[in-house]
This record gives sequence, C-alpha cells and structure tokens, in this order.
Amino acid sequence: MRVPLSWLREYVDLPDDLSTEDLAHRLTLLGLKLEALERPGHDISGPLVIGRVLTMEPEPQKNGKTINWCTVDVGDANGTGEPQGIVCGAHNFAPGDLVVVVLPGGVLPGGFEISARKTYGHVSAGMICSSRELGLGDDHDGIIVLPADAGKPGDDVFELLHLRDEVIEFEINPDRAYALSLRGVAREAALAVGDVDAFHDPAARTVPAPNGDGYPVLVEDPAGCPVFAARTVTGFDPSAPTPTWLSRRILLAGMRPISLAVDVTNYVMLELGQPIHGYDGDRLAGPIRVRRAQPGERVTTLDDVDRALDPEDLVIVDDSGPIGLAGVMGGATTELSGTTTHVVIEAAHWDPVSMFRTGKRHKLSSEAGKRNERGVDPTLPAIAADRVAELLTTYGGGTVHDGVTLVGEAPSREPIRTSLALPGVVAGFEISDGTAEESLLAIGAGLAIDGNGVEVTPPPWRPDLTDPFDLVEEVVRQVGYDVIPSVLPPAPSGRGLTRAQKLRRRVGRTLAGEGYVEVITFPFVGDQDLDALGLPADDERRTVLRLANPLSSEEPAMTTTLLPGLLKTVARNAGRGATSTALFEAASVTLPHGGGPAPIYGVDRRPTEGEIADLDKALPDQPLHLALTVSGEREQPGWWGEGRAASWADAVDAVRAVAEVLSVEVTVRAAKRAPWHPGRCAEILVGDVVLGHAGELHPRVCTAYGVPARTAAAEIDLDALLEHAVALVPAPTFSDYPVAKEDVALVVDDSVPAADVEAALRDGAGDLLESVRLFDVFTGDQIGAGKKSLAFALRFRAPDRTLKEGEAGAARDAAVAAAAERTGAVQRV
Amino acid sequence: MSGPNTDYDPVEVTPLKAEQVETMRDAALAAIAAAADLDALKQVRLDHAGDRSPLALANREIGALPPQARKEAGQRVGQARGAVNKALAERTAVLEVEHEERMLVEETVDVTLPTERRRRGSRHPITLQSEHIADLFVAMGWEVAEGPLVEAEWLNFDALNLGPDHPARTMQDTFWTEPPEHHVVLRTHTSPVQARTMLTRTPPIYVVCPGRVFRTDEYDATHSPMFHQVEGLVVDEGITMAHLKGTLDHFATQLFGEGITTRFRPSYFPFTEPSAEVDLRCFVCRGASPAVASCRTCKGEGWIEWGGCGVVNPRVLTACGIDTDRYTGFAFGMGIDRTLMFRHGASDLRDFFEGDVRFSSAFGTEI
Ligand SMILES: [Zn+2]
Repeated sequence: MRVPLSWLREYVDLPDDLSTEDLAHRLTLLGLKLEALERPGHDISGPLVIGRVLTMEPEPQKNGKTINWCTVDVGDANGTGEPQGIVCGAHNFAPGDLVVVVLPGGVLPGGFEISARKTYGHVSAGMICSSRELGLGDDHDGIIVLPADAGKPGDDVFELLHLRDEVIEFEINPDRAYALSLRGVAREAALAVGDVDAFHDPAARTVPAPNGDGYPVLVEDPAGCPVFAARTVTGFDPSAPTPTWLSRRILLAGMRPISLAVDVTNYVMLELGQPIHGYDGDRLAGPIRVRRAQPGERVTTLDDVDRALDPEDLVIVDDSGPIGLAGVMGGATTELSGTTTHVVIEAAHWDPVSMFRTGKRHKLSSEAGKRNERGVDPTLPAIAADRVAELLTTYGGGTVHDGVTLVGEAPSREPIRTSLALPGVVAGFEISDGTAEESLLAIGAGLAIDGNGVEVTPPPWRPDLTDPFDLVEEVVRQVGYDVIPSVLPPAPSGRGLTRAQKLRRRVGRTLAGEGYVEVITFPFVGDQDLDALGLPADDERRTVLRLANPLSSEEPAMTTTLLPGLLKTVARNAGRGATSTALFEAASVTLPHGGGPAPIYGVDRRPTEGEIADLDKALPDQPLHLALTVSGEREQPGWWGEGRAASWADAVDAVRAVAEVLSVEVTVRAAKRAPWHPGRCAEILVGDVVLGHAGELHPRVCTAYGVPARTAAAEIDLDALLEHAVALVPAPTFSDYPVAKEDVALVVDDSVPAADVEAALRDGAGDLLESVRLFDVFTGDQIGAGKKSLAFALRFRAPDRTLKEGEAGAARDAAVAAAAERTGAVQRV
Repeated sequence: MSGPNTDYDPVEVTPLKAEQVETMRDAALAAIAAAADLDALKQVRLDHAGDRSPLALANREIGALPPQARKEAGQRVGQARGAVNKALAERTAVLEVEHEERMLVEETVDVTLPTERRRRGSRHPITLQSEHIADLFVAMGWEVAEGPLVEAEWLNFDALNLGPDHPARTMQDTFWTEPPEHHVVLRTHTSPVQARTMLTRTPPIYVVCPGRVFRTDEYDATHSPMFHQVEGLVVDEGITMAHLKGTLDHFATQLFGEGITTRFRPSYFPFTEPSAEVDLRCFVCRGASPAVASCRTCKGEGWIEWGGCGVVNPRVLTACGIDTDRYTGFAFGMGIDRTLMFRHGASDLRDFFEGDVRFSSAFGTEI
C-alpha cells in the first residue's frame, strides 16, 4: 500500500515536528511495515512557473521534425518581465494557452539542469514541460496545457501540480486488510501518535436512506453478497478532465489515471478501502442480478480475456447474461468508456472465500479482488457509493439520481468473550485492565465489561478479529512489542540428540575425514535421468512420486536414488576443471508404495491414533540414503611419485569406513545392478539383507552423465545401516603371548571370490587364528590361465600360553585344507 | 711347553720393558686421536686394542715372566690397556656425535614441499549450520525433532490453522504431488514437524526442527525451490511472549555474539497469535547509527529481517490435542540458508546447491 503523506494528513492530525521517517518507524512497530519511503518531486527545483504562450512559429528541420519557436510570458519570474524565447518540440498547444515553464537554473528529475542553450538556431531560455519530464506520469501526448483559470504567468506551479509529496509504501499483512486504504492507515497513524482523536474518519458521512427508486438490483445469493449498494449519475461529461490533485494522488498510490469516472472509483477505493465498480448505465440491459454462474456461461472481463465461468463463481448478470466477475473484475460489455454519460455505481460487500476462490481459479489479481478476498468493512457500500456520486458530479457535472439502492445489510458481529487480564498473561508482563480496555477501544471495538470478564465486539473493518488471542495482539502491539521483557523459559533437562542424530553426524565426519566433500542437491528427477542410469524397465527405482506442478518438465518427480543429483554435480565440477572429486550426500529419497489419499480432518479436536496412522500410511517411504562418488585421481601425483586413480575399491572402502564407525559388520559380494559396471559392482550386506551397492559405474553411465571415465559410486540405505549400529561395544580381550605368523599362497579359479577363500581359511584355522589378511593377488603364466594366486598372512596366538612348535603350522594346514575343500584352492609352494 | 717351568731362567722379556709399554700405549693413543671417523677408529681398535695388538701380545707375555716380575709388568700393561680403552671410548663417543650430526645435515629435506596426496573432505555449510543451531538449543535442554519432506496436506496446512481457503496458502506456492486429490505435498515449512511433535508428545515440549522445505520459487540468486528452515516450538504451562523474546535473544547472542539481540514487529502467521517478525540487530555495524547507510549487511537499517515467531495459536493446540486451558506455547522459524548467507556474506544462494567442491571445502568440517 502506497500512502501519499499529503493525502494521509487529510484524515489524521500529525504533529508538525513528527518526521515522516519517525511516523513510518512507529507504524512499522505497530505492524504496518515500511517498505520504502519516496519523496517524489523533491528532486525538482525552480524556477518552475506558469507561462502564457504568446507566439509560436513552426520551423521544419532537416531531420524531418518540426519545432516551434515560442515566446512565452512568464511574468516577473525571469527578472525582466520580457517574454522568454523557448524552443518546443510539442504541438498540442496554441498561443494563449497556459503552460508549465522551467527557467534556466531550474533542475528537473534525474538532476537535469536547465540553462539557456543554443538549439535549432535559437537560444532557448528554458523548457516547456510535459508530464513525463516532471515525473507526473507517462503521458506522451505532449506538454502540459493548464486550465485557463490555473493562475497567472509567473506563478509557481509546485503547489498547483502537487509536485512535491512524500509516499510511504507499507507491506500490509493479510490480516490487516483495512490498512489497504487511507482510512485504515490514518487510523493506525492516530494510534502511532497516541491520540485516537487525531483520526477523522472519511467514512463518517450521512448518506440518503435507501428507497425503491434506485437502479434495480436482485441479489439471488445473499451469502455471497450480503450487501449491494447502487447509485446512478446521469448527464455526466465523459470528457471532463480528472483534477490534477486527484490523478496525482492515484498515481502516487500506484494506480494509473485513466479517465475521470474510472479515476474516481479508484480514488474512493483507495480512500475507504471499498472496491467500486462503475457501469455504463446505457449499456445495461434490465436489472442487475447477483448469482452463481451457470454451467457453460462465459464472460469477457475488462482485461479482454474471455473466461469460462465455474458454477461457484459469483457473477453479475443483466438481461444479456453475465456482465462481470463479481468483486473481482468487471465485464467489457458494460465498461465505462469515453462516451459514458450515465453511470451506475456498484459498491458491494462480498464473501471473501468466494472472492479468493474465483481469483485463484481465474488467476486474476486485481486491486478490488485483493481487498474483497481479505475482507472489507461491510458497512461501507452505501457510504462509498455516495462518495463516488459526489466526486463524479463535482468534477464531471450531471446529477445524482434520487434513487438509492441498498440490498441486504452488514452482518452483525459475534462478540468475543475474554478477559482484560489475558494480554498481560500472554505477553508475560504487567498490562493493566485499564490499558487493555483503552487499547481495545482505540481500535474501534465495543466493550461490555461484566463480572465474568469482557465481551468485545470488534469493529466492522476488522473481520480478522475472532478469537481472544487476536485481541491480545491488538493490545500488546499498542503497548509496544519493544517493551516485552526477555526471559529464558526454564526447559526441563533434555535427552540431548537421539542416537540416530549423533550417528548421522558421525557418518558425515567420517566421510569428510576420508576426503569426501558433502553436497546438497535437489531431489527432483526425470525419466531421462533414470534412463541415463541404465535402469531396466522394471527397476523399482522407476516407480517415482510425480509432482502435479513441477518447476521443470524435465524433472517432474521426486527421486528414488541420490545418484542422478550427485552425478550431475560431478559433471558440473568436472566442467569447471575439477575432474578429481570425491562427493557425498545424505538425504531422504521418496519411494511410493501405492498408499491411498491422505485424509483431511477437522481442526476442532485431535485426530485419533488411528487417524494419525492413516496420514502416515498415505505418505511414501522416505528412507535416508547415503550416496557417494569418487572420480579421477583418488591420490594426486607429486614429488612422492605417481598418483592413484579412483576405482571401485574406493567406493566399497568408503562404505566400509562408514560401517566401521557405526560398528556394523558388513559383508560384500558380487552383484549386477544398474548403474554399476556388471563386473565391478558389490552389494553391501548386513547378515542376509542387502543395504546398498558400491563399485565402478557402467561406462555408458559415465558417458551419459558426462562424468570422468571409471567414476566409482555407492548408494546405501543409511537408515537401515544405522539400525544395525551396535549400541554397546563390548571391550575386546587380547593375548600378550607371542604371535606366530604363517603366510600361504593359494591358487584358485578366477571366479572364486577372495572373500570365500578367506572365510574358508577362518573357519578351518580354528580358535588360534587371530587374523587373516589378503596381501597380494597374482595372476600370470606361472599360475595358469583362468587362475589367480591369493596370498594371505595368517596370525596365530593363544590367549593363555606361547604356542608350541608346530602348532601354528598345523592350524595353517587345517585352514588350507578347508579352503581346498570349499574353494578348490591349491597351495603354491 | 707344559706346565710351569720351575727352573725357568728369569730373563727380562723385551716387550715388557716400561719404556716399550709406554711406546705402545702412546702409539695407540696417537692413532685413536688421529682416527677421523668411526671406520678409521674401528681399524685403530683392531690395531691397538685387538687380540693381535702389541699391548695384547705384551699382555700374553706376562705369564712367561718369573713370578716376582709378573705383578709389576701386569700393572704396567694393564694401565696402558686401560688408558687405550678409555681413549677409544671417548673417541667413539665424539665420533658418534659427529657422525649423527653429519647424518642429520645430510638428511635435511625441503619441508615446504606439498604434502597433500589426497584432497581433504568437508561437510556442507548448511549441515554444519543446522547442527550448530541444534547444539545451541540442545545445550538449553531442548530436543531435535524431525519429520518427512513429503507430507500430508492436513499436517502442512489445516492443523496449522491454514484452512483450504486461507489466503496464506497461495503465498506459499506449494508443490503438490500426483494425484492432487491425495492431499500430499512437499512440506512448505518445517511447521508440520511441530504439529507431529504435539500429536505424539505431551508437554512440556521444547523442540527445535531444522530441515529442508520446498516452494515453487524459480531458482535465482536469492530464491530456490528447496531451502532450509529451523523452527522452534515450546509448549508448557505459563509460556509467554517474554519467554519467546528471551529465547530468541539468547539464540541471536549465541550465533552472532554478545550484544546482538532481536526486535519484534507485529506480523501475521496463521499458526501464531500474537505474531511477530524477528529482526536481528546487525552484527556488522551493530546499528551504531542510522547513518551507516554504507553497511552492506543491513543496508543501513541497523536490523536484519531474520524470521517469524509468535504465541502458538490456540486453534493449533486444539487441533493437536493440547489442553489450551493448561498450556500455552510459542514458535519461531528462520531460514538457515539465509542466515548463512548474511552471516558469511554469501551472495548467491545457488552456490549452496550447485555442489562446487570449492564452496563446501571453504567451510571445512565445523562452522
Ligand atoms: Zn549493518
């Protein structure tokens, strides 16, 4: 809401020593937030005066333009009283007209200094001004021609043109619709200066009583339209200009002046907050009716859009059919035009919900709709219609018809039962009953105090006030939010972070310690992203939750895997020159399971346990996943020697590192799953349950995502992994006796997993075995085609004694025998 | 020769003459002193203290002397060998020190060489900031609550006093999931976590909920379809706006330093009544004077818009099954990304979500 100060001062007495900044600040603290403070016209300085054009000589120029060489009487403003010679490019004036002249020494908006200068063969001593040059609008029609009675040559025009003003722009919260008017802001300004009597209500006017002679109006839906007022003006002069002060105010308030009739309706809306619609009475066919639209009906609104109406839309109809979307936007057929002499004024109160729905349905946002959907003072229609009639006839002539239409009446307000002590109780500091009472009276509420407390009847312009706590805010904001004391509440001793919360942090720190950089990506995904992963048609990750209104049609769904986002990030980094990266992300994925709709419950009670469970059942599964990628060089080359390329093993190891800090024992086995390389993919298991996969990506996936070749990646269900985290780690016991080391080299078929050989060794070695570590893998001619040699270091130790000669050797032989039996291993000697 | 020769002629044995022992000793000492390094000294040890050294050979002759001469000769040779051994030990110590010093000099490296074989990892600043904020509240006895990102419409809106026709619903530009009649949305704020908390716990409730939220905002330097919020909720007996102010002042001071407090302005949120906007005292210029128009952080206003807050609307408590006669509550919420942006002077929100490793890396693992 843009509020010109000169206008505001008409309805509120403000102390002379109150600066505009201070006023804006006080209003901000009351809840009307200062957005901007502008001082239009303050960048203009004179001499800027009325001039009378004495002569004008058109002079065609080589560039095709014709300029006028004028002499202008500017009175004594130029110090000599002699006519001023001025070159002017406009043609919309004639000798004898009064115009606006800026003389040398004046400054126009933008710091444009005027001086006498040679142009088109003359010395032009000043400039005849257009509206645009003075910052008064975008009028391209030429220079300003003042009315003949505007004044005499040499008179200053600052006052005349209302050039200088101050405009405060406020951000108005949805609950303070009344402040979308000068009336509402002036009321708040009176609160701001602590004097309710400083406010002079522009709506305080006596209006003629309704009678049966007004324009016929039939309201068929009184719930949608509780009040409808109509007045008629005939003999209106459609060519009458809008007075400068009025168009200037509308412009400063952010609306475009159009014509006197339209400007007046907008002016009254800004003044009182009541949206007005004007009809060309000669184009109306029969009575005005208010009803819901009928199926198939259409209307062309003022913005020239032909709209199909919804049966829920409130419409204005006449005998010709729909002529407007009630309260939101009028129709084109009965629009006020340059020939309208017969004006029918509509001022009505509308059901805000209906306004909101119609605005939303038709994606229509108008100044009228904005006010109607937030709630307007229902006592205003007759007053506003009368005010419009007054202004129309004052400036456009004609007569106000005696007929006064008023259908319906303002709904009465339910009083709110509360206590004057409540504001202090809620605010947490002393607010006396007297202060609370005064504050409620100051906002215009009616109070009835009795033994049980108080019944507060909110004023009609405050539909937002319905509950006792609404009144608390009204009292506390007047007392001042800045006096609320600062007191820490005594929280009970808490339980700290949950175990899962702590473990998630530990996972993040571990991966950062392993050299991975955490990223956060959007969870949106499209089919082409899943195609690029090479997911088979029946892959469960293709079952996505789609968005009804995605931002991008390429990513219309919630992702089931973190890899697309992560791989795009890898590619982005590579594109920026970082081809060696290690990234991770921990975020939830969305896995739909075909749940039904989520119920909508009432809000007057808590849903039952069963009802709450039904809400959750309707939601997709959203497990927390952990995904990581490693590309390029895992270790950089340097003075120490070669670098080391990232490989499948880094991805597996990162998962193992995470499992290890959680004390979860995971196993790994070969798997085939997109988007991994079919021969380099490991599935990660806890017991028999697969929690995720790690390995090198399929080469086609690297190409599709544009990530470095041989990028490795992992993705696991972190929630599931966290569930296996060991809550209480038992302290280890270990032996101080000497260790016996035995190395064995076992030849097996290529297809035998090392993990199987190791498991067999463990099982066969018996209790003396302390550890097994695979320290070398060897293939080659000596081993034979299709074979590999695995070298294991075995360590044996007894808990209570030194091993005897041959004991370790016997255990080793037993281990090798088990490996031979289970994996066909042959010991190399 | 077998056994002592009783009729042995006591003849003087040449090497055992005093002057000869002295000569041997002096030769040995001179050689020891002349040994330039441990290798040379090793040879000297062999030559002058070894089994075949003159003094060792002389020592062996002592047995051949007549008994009455043995004692004196033994003493003489013994003293000489003692002197030689002592000199050897001393020289060894000196040469070992010299050797070590030389070795250490020779092993000097250029310690300014790069050492990073593997690039460092880091955590995302939003994660770090969320954890930091959570810790501030956990330190006061609060707990951290969580909820799903894909949320039931009733929990995201209705339960929070945002009815189906509430104008605020359009302000929130919600992502709806297919089919819309299933009433499932991407949560537009972390407030449904508050509703879930109230539905599942009994007061006293002191929780903070950091998390991701979604709005259909076009992606630019200051808007993102996904961003992060932190909300706080307290429901207890006798909770007031003063407690809300105290909590936010404490929060501000913990996050931005001593003397940085908050200012409340009346505002409107459906789930709180009374409601307030929270402004943060500018932690850069500290609002020193309205004249500091040059402050880039607050644009000369002295205050930074930080978030919203208020007393939990009793309608919300009712929908969540909290006894409004007994309990009141407060709630607040602010943007984590926005807080990070002005706290760390980040100018483009997109940096948080593009995953450029240079961005996260700058923040390390603690904020
Ligand atoms: Zn500042």
